[in-house]
Amino acid sequence: MKKYKLNNFKLNRRDLLAGTASLGAMTFASKSVLSDENKSKNLPPNLPEWTSELGEGVDANPYGMPSEFEKNVIRRNVEWLTASTESSVNFTPIQDLEGIVTPNGLCFERHHGGVSIINPKDFRLMINGLVDREMIFTLEDLKRFPQVNKFYFLECAANGGMEWRGSQLNGCQYTFGMIHNVQYTGVKLSDLILETGLKPKAKWVLAEGSDSSGMTRSIPIEKILDDCIIAWAMNGEALRSEQGYPARLIVPGWEGNMWVKWIRRLEFGDMPYMTREETSKYTDLLSDGKARMFTWVMDAKSVVTSPSPEKPILHKGIHQLRGLAWSGRGKIKRVDVSLDGGKNWKTAELHEPIMSKSLARFTFPFEWNGQELLIQSRAIDETNYVQPTIQELQKIRGVNSIYHNNSIATWLVSKTGKVDNVRLG
Amino acid sequence: MFDWVKLLTLIITSLFFMNSVFASERKFNLGKIALKKEVAGWDIDVRPDGKGAPIGKGNAIKGEEIYAEVCASCHGDFGEGIDRWPELVGGHDSLDTHDPIKTTGSYWPYASTIYDYIYRAMPFGAAQSLSHDETYQIVAYLLYMNEIIEEDFELTEKNIGKIKMPNRNGFLLPDPRPDVKIINGKPCMKNCTVPLKIIGKARDIDVTPEENKS
Ligand code: HEC
Repeated sequence: MKKYKLNNFKLNRRDLLAGTASLGAMTFASKSVLSDENKSKNLPPNLPEWTSELGEGVDANPYGMPSEFEKNVIRRNVEWLTASTESSVNFTPIQDLEGIVTPNGLCFERHHGGVSIINPKDFRLMINGLVDREMIFTLEDLKRFPQVNKFYFLECAANGGMEWRGSQLNGCQYTFGMIHNVQYTGVKLSDLILETGLKPKAKWVLAEGSDSSGMTRSIPIEKILDDCIIAWAMNGEALRSEQGYPARLIVPGWEGNMWVKWIRRLEFGDMPYMTREETSKYTDLLSDGKARMFTWVMDAKSVVTSPSPEKPILHKGIHQLRGLAWSGRGKIKRVDVSLDGGKNWKTAELHEPIMSKSLARFTFPFEWNGQELLIQSRAIDETNYVQPTIQELQKIRGVNSIYHNNSIATWLVSKTGKVDNVRLG
Repeated sequence: MFDWVKLLTLIITSLFFMNSVFASERKFNLGKIALKKEVAGWDIDVRPDGKGAPIGKGNAIKGEEIYAEVCASCHGDFGEGIDRWPELVGGHDSLDTHDPIKTTGSYWPYASTIYDYIYRAMPFGAAQSLSHDETYQIVAYLLYMNEIIEEDFELTEKNIGKIKMPNRNGFLLPDPRPDVKIINGKPCMKNCTVPLKIIGKARDIDVTPEENKS
């Protein structure tokens, strides 16, 4: 029996056969939005219905939701990936988003024991181990420290993990959607430590969550003092429960699993703790059976969000190709786009702001006249690292490493405008 | 004559000085000092060297019973994993094959991690409900099933840091990335030699969830 595995996710031949239709049906349903097919009575020269009647008042929606016409823009999960939805993942619909900010309700979720619901009054952050004073902070305490407001992307190390052996999932959302980008408000750990003091022997920090998985990761002290944050707000409002309310750890540029949600404790020690998440999981198995450990940084990566399998081309003529690029090592410096499978490249336009360890938006205008295209994008970051092809990664790492697949993807645009996730070789 | 007052002042100031050198000043005066018993309740982690392991003991014979009762419904009687629940036993010599099976026996480098993880997170949905002795018993059972210890081996806080795991040397440090060829931000732009044949389509594999069209 053949098995493809992603983290705790088991997929075997039976699952493969059980799968049914692909996204094709969905993508073509959107054809009805073509204006020339629209028989609506709201079009010129007629008076639209919403003009001739009053709309809802200011008390109708104390907390506003997206328009009902946007109900397709949702997080999606892949049911057969996991045994339970409490230990699972869903994906951000990046193909439907613009700019670089991920709306809070669309930020992908990865839980190992479901979403904890915590009354902020009961929140405590304990700091213990190799510190001068073992201390406990309330949420109100944290909010009285000097604060920072920073944009950072969070990407799961397993984003694209299903694609190591070949193209498996026919969607931009499913192959690149374990990422989000929000502005965090919080306190720098280097400021918190001014309160507890630090013993000279402290070299590692164990970050521990209070959820039912007791999520734990070891983080080297240099990173903790450099730019790690305990955040209580995202995009201007309190963290969402599924993102760790009332407070989570921010580890800029490093794999999402380390950004411990529902944080309850930081222990300073003189060696790594070798938790389950950094041994059994989040280690990258090579073809010789050895595994890389502590591969924390998310290397530069990019994706074309439109056109994409969910965003077919519906018209001939001019189009604006859109995409996202990011690097855990700093700022994005350039993004190139190819329409012929990587043979020829042109540089895309990068949109301000370009921030370190944050998503960057790029666009690229192109003409489509019904010809086949093989669309790719390639990110270059400020360290001059160039996003690799899957073949380059496979040559060094084999196909079993699950994590850290930052290779270039290919979208095939057929003559009808339909878009497919394909592998070139 | 000996000046007692001076000596006393000297002792007090040096105590104060030592205090401020060895225990830094608090900068913001926020938060409270944690009590020993508060820390003891939350500090549950167990390190590879056994530090943090709570006092307790257990062997595989006892472990089999409790495992069957609280773990087997998901992980299987022999740790083989039922349906998609993770397997915990076996997979030896599989790591360098096309179908690697990563279990506590074939992959995990430290026995301490098995203790730490089971105590903090399992059984799934009833975290931290096992006693320390029960946890030692279950860990002993998993180690026994993976042919790492004998059935009657008494696992304790003293020896958990000394168990030799088969894949102890299976991990590579430090991270060698960037591991791809360094091209200094100057990749090929025109007429590049690249593979252009379509060798696979996600659509053909047909495992993408179908959109709910309601
Ligand atoms: C209701 C089903 C269920 C039960 C019962 C259960 N587990 Fe688990 N177990 C899981 C799930 C789900 C995971 C993966 C959790 C995650 O996503 O991190 C897991 C993970 C594990 C792992 C880590 C596997 C790996 O390769 O990383 C171990 C070890 C484990 N369980 C041991 C136990 C033990 C021992 C018991 C009994 C005390 C137990 N489990 C009871 C569902 C269960």
